[in-house]
Amino acid sequence: MPRLSVWAVRLSLLYLLAGFTIGAFILVNKGVGAYPAAWRWFGAHQEFLLIGWMGQFAIGIGYWVFPRYRGNHRGNPAAAVLAIVLLNIGIALVFVSTFWGLPLSLWGRTFEAAAALSFVIYAWPRVKPTGA
Amino acid sequence: MPTIVRWYVKTALLYLALALGLGILLAAGIWRAALTPSYWHLFIVGWLTQLIFGIALWMLPSFTRERPRGNELLSWAVYVVLNAGLLLRAIAEPLRAVQVGAAALWGQALVISAILQWLAALGFVINAWPRVRGPRRKTRQGGA
Repeated sequence: MPRLSVWAVRLSLLYLLAGFTIGAFILVNKGVGAYPAAWRWFGAHQEFLLIGWMGQFAIGIGYWVFPRYRGNHRGNPAAAVLAIVLLNIGIALVFVSTFWGLPLSLWGRTFEAAAALSFVIYAWPRVKPTGA
Repeated sequence: MPTIVRWYVKTALLYLALALGLGILLAAGIWRAALTPSYWHLFIVGWLTQLIFGIALWMLPSFTRERPRGNELLSWAVYVVLNAGLLLRAIAEPLRAVQVGAAALWGQALVISAILQWLAALGFVINAWPRVRGPRRKTRQGGA
């Protein structure tokens, strides 16, 4: 597994654990009503699991398994690296925005969209017949 | 495909059908508020997350030659607690919302469900983490 995939997948595993921990916290509160402020974490729960876990896991695995170019290489990884960096900055900004109510949501989503675009640019030519 | 992976993937497929079937009830306006959280969690945890767990268990680099999928007993435990927790939630949450039976009992069920699902995520991460790595360096055999 290439280093970029190791980073992306390990980060996604951390988001999985964080997202499920927050989800469990919210669900316990739903069950016994001990800590109503748990709902403040709802945005982080969604963000960590949908973007941080699933989105990032898919990028990491895609980078690893998509067909390689002739010479068995994955091309210039710069755009894929940029995608991972932008994605995690975006997640952090959205988290800050949902948790503290700071007006950073637009920035966060912009970073995430830029990450997506960057990965699409990187991955597009690798989605090809094997050996082509 | 190893047995445990088939269990994960086939169970995920059942959740896909179940979640989208539940979507029909939501669209028909039946218990909409009560069923909406179950709908989303059956889809995202039961289908997507469980599918990823199963495929990751299959495809990630081998843990060792002897134990390619790491601690398989732990993976079975993850399967059991993930599905027990999710199903418990899918039952308890709507029934609590529409006030069938004792709310306190369903509330306790949600707490148990939360703990079970959290343990599933923890178990998966513990098992997957050492398998997320670069290629092993080949050691020189024999020597001079």
